[in-house]
Amino acid sequence: MKKITALLMAVLMVFGLTACGSEDINAKSEGVMTYAEYAAAELDSAVVIEGYVQAKQSWWNNSATVYLQDGEGAYFVYNMVCSEEDYAKLEQGTKIKVTGYKTEWAGEVEVAEGATFEIMDGNYVAEAQDVTSLLGTDELIDNQNKFVAFKDMTVEASTDANGNEVAYLYKWDGSGQDGDDLYFYVSLNGEKYQFTVESYLCDNTTDVYAAVKNLKVGDVVDMEGFLYWYEGVNPHITSVTVK
Amino acid sequence: MMKMRKKWLSLLLLTVLTVGSALSLTGCHGREGLEPFVIPEEFDTSREYDITFWAKNDTNKTQTMIYEQAIADFEALYPNINVNLRLYTDYGRIYNDVITNIATNTTPNVCITYPDHIATYLTGDNQVAPLEELLVDGKYGLGGSEVRFDAPTKEEIIPKFLEECEFGGHYYAMPYMRSTEACYINKTYVEALGYTLPEKLTWDFVWEVSDAATKQDAEGNYLVNGQKVMIPFIYKSTDNMMIQMLRQKDAGYSTKEGQMLLFNDTTKELLFDIADHVKLGAFSTFKISSYPANFLNAGQCIFAIDSTAGATWMGTDAPLCDISEEKIVEFEIEVMEIPQFDPENPEMISQGPSVCIFNKEDPQEVMASWLFMQYLLTNKVQIAYAQTEGYAPVTSKAQQDPQYLDYLSRGGEDNELYYDVKIEATEILLDNVDNTFVTPVFNGSASLRDAAGQLIENTVKSVRRKQTVDEAYMESLYSDTISLYRLDQLESQGGALGADKAALGEMPGTSVILLSSLGVAWILIILYVGCQMIKKKRNNQ
Repeated sequence: MKKITALLMAVLMVFGLTACGSEDINAKSEGVMTYAEYAAAELDSAVVIEGYVQAKQSWWNNSATVYLQDGEGAYFVYNMVCSEEDYAKLEQGTKIKVTGYKTEWAGEVEVAEGATFEIMDGNYVAEAQDVTSLLGTDELIDNQNKFVAFKDMTVEASTDANGNEVAYLYKWDGSGQDGDDLYFYVSLNGEKYQFTVESYLCDNTTDVYAAVKNLKVGDVVDMEGFLYWYEGVNPHITSVTVK
Repeated sequence: MMKMRKKWLSLLLLTVLTVGSALSLTGCHGREGLEPFVIPEEFDTSREYDITFWAKNDTNKTQTMIYEQAIADFEALYPNINVNLRLYTDYGRIYNDVITNIATNTTPNVCITYPDHIATYLTGDNQVAPLEELLVDGKYGLGGSEVRFDAPTKEEIIPKFLEECEFGGHYYAMPYMRSTEACYINKTYVEALGYTLPEKLTWDFVWEVSDAATKQDAEGNYLVNGQKVMIPFIYKSTDNMMIQMLRQKDAGYSTKEGQMLLFNDTTKELLFDIADHVKLGAFSTFKISSYPANFLNAGQCIFAIDSTAGATWMGTDAPLCDISEEKIVEFEIEVMEIPQFDPENPEMISQGPSVCIFNKEDPQEVMASWLFMQYLLTNKVQIAYAQTEGYAPVTSKAQQDPQYLDYLSRGGEDNELYYDVKIEATEILLDNVDNTFVTPVFNGSASLRDAAGQLIENTVKSVRRKQTVDEAYMESLYSDTISLYRLDQLESQGGALGADKAALGEMPGTSVILLSSLGVAWILIILYVGCQMIKKKRNNQ
């Protein structure tokens, strides 16, 4: 009897684990768009999406800005209606359904301010997708808002407000102070790209903020972050490792 | 400029919705905490002072350097005063932080701000130091005998700019820089569409050309630029747009007494008109699409209206630019006054930073703040800062300085200091000082301004989303906007200045009930205590 019970338990456990592992992260509830449908939707049209929270950028007075992702693509949801209590529930991996309008601001495609959301069952945390080889190509934008990785890039000099060569700047032109966004250049195969530590996503108490402040021109780095867009690619970095 | 939208919008919302509750706290705190500022007989130079200066720059490193230089020069003159600089890039953030810090009595000493915002700060009694006596003080006033630098006199501050800082019967700020709005035009495209720019821009002309520019070929390319993107007319500050349109039409917006007249029929007509052009794809806004300069420089916009203080971002050869070089299009740029309904009587907004000083328990500290504020009005600071953007110095002393006149005369010599678009934008203001106006300042005027812009933003958004924009829509838009910005509550509070409480008029009904209840409660308490005493006395007998 004990053997049978143990066997049954084992079978149940296997089924249970299989069930957990088999969550279809691209499956959508009724009336919800697939990522492909969202990507094809016209700007300013109504959209209903589901995705898994990968990062919370900010919460201000019942408005939350978050990055979502599923197995096909990623979404930037700007200032959706969200209580502080609900914001606390939006742990990394939490699945939510968002109803709003698709829009674009300076090249960043997003769900516009004022969208509403509900928390769903399901959990998924994306692995960073290495898009280093896509830098400078037209395919890069297909990965907009995804959690991505860049490998073996070299820190290039920026010019600060006093004309000195430095590894990073507070604000894009060096006019800022500690606590502001950090901007720095990295290169690959002779091409330079501007990366950012967005201070709302990662403020000056975070490891990445400190790590960027310790960068030196010439350092070779691996980075992870979100593929944000502002008049071109402008990754918002969440980690950096000097090699 | 880069990426400013996200934080600005968030802060704006936060500010609007938290100010009301913060004010009740600040008001109470202020009443208990600070005595009115009185000018001391002497400024005590034997003591050390640490003062904080919250400044705003336009994400412009030259402006940051000018502030730093001004502080260094001032500290050299007054070694006992140490000025700590904290930089901001938007007024909303400063406003929000000041409100928060009033509640904890940790306001800065000197602060760049807008008069609308000061009106809110004043709801805490004596929080902001009035300046009228300081201005004319023989020793420490503007150009006073004990001032260690060559400051302008009161008469040398452009009267119109100084007036903008007077409200509730006091001067609560000094102007620091002034700007207005300008229309930056792709003249090449205007002419390609078969039009010639008039001497004075009108709304009719701008709308007609903008509508004409929306024609596309079978592949969806716009005929005027051959690109897939064209937003012919983009407005950066829709609050200014609505305020100026109403002013030009002589329609209601607000009164000095704090009456809010924005939600009127003219406003509705303007919104319907804007909606018609949005339907054609002729108009959008910064909040909805992005910076007008980026579209203008990419050949994707014909009329870009932005501050004259944004001139260095405008044009093919602009010294500052957010878009990549390969996106920039060659075109001839024209800088003009904003469009008018009555070009013979132009009206345009006066804007730009002012400076206020916060009151402190130690009047000597306030004096140190005042001296630094005064230093910001010296020619060296005024001319240097004005040259960073399309700003005008606020003193005739600086405006008439040979160095400044030489600067103005050299427009186009290079694309940096003498960038012609920037100097032309500055000259628009210098030529139109008498045609500028400001809106009345009162507690709630900042919210009303935000509401004015929101009406346009929501209308544009709704049209783009193919929602019906009709009378019912407008009715709902009005009530939603009033509710969002709590304008009904502000107006019922009188909308008047905290410092001018005599002007508040009749007390609101709720306050009357509350105070009456307190009065009744006290009477009952006294009666009870009285009865108890009598009872005790009788028992003792």
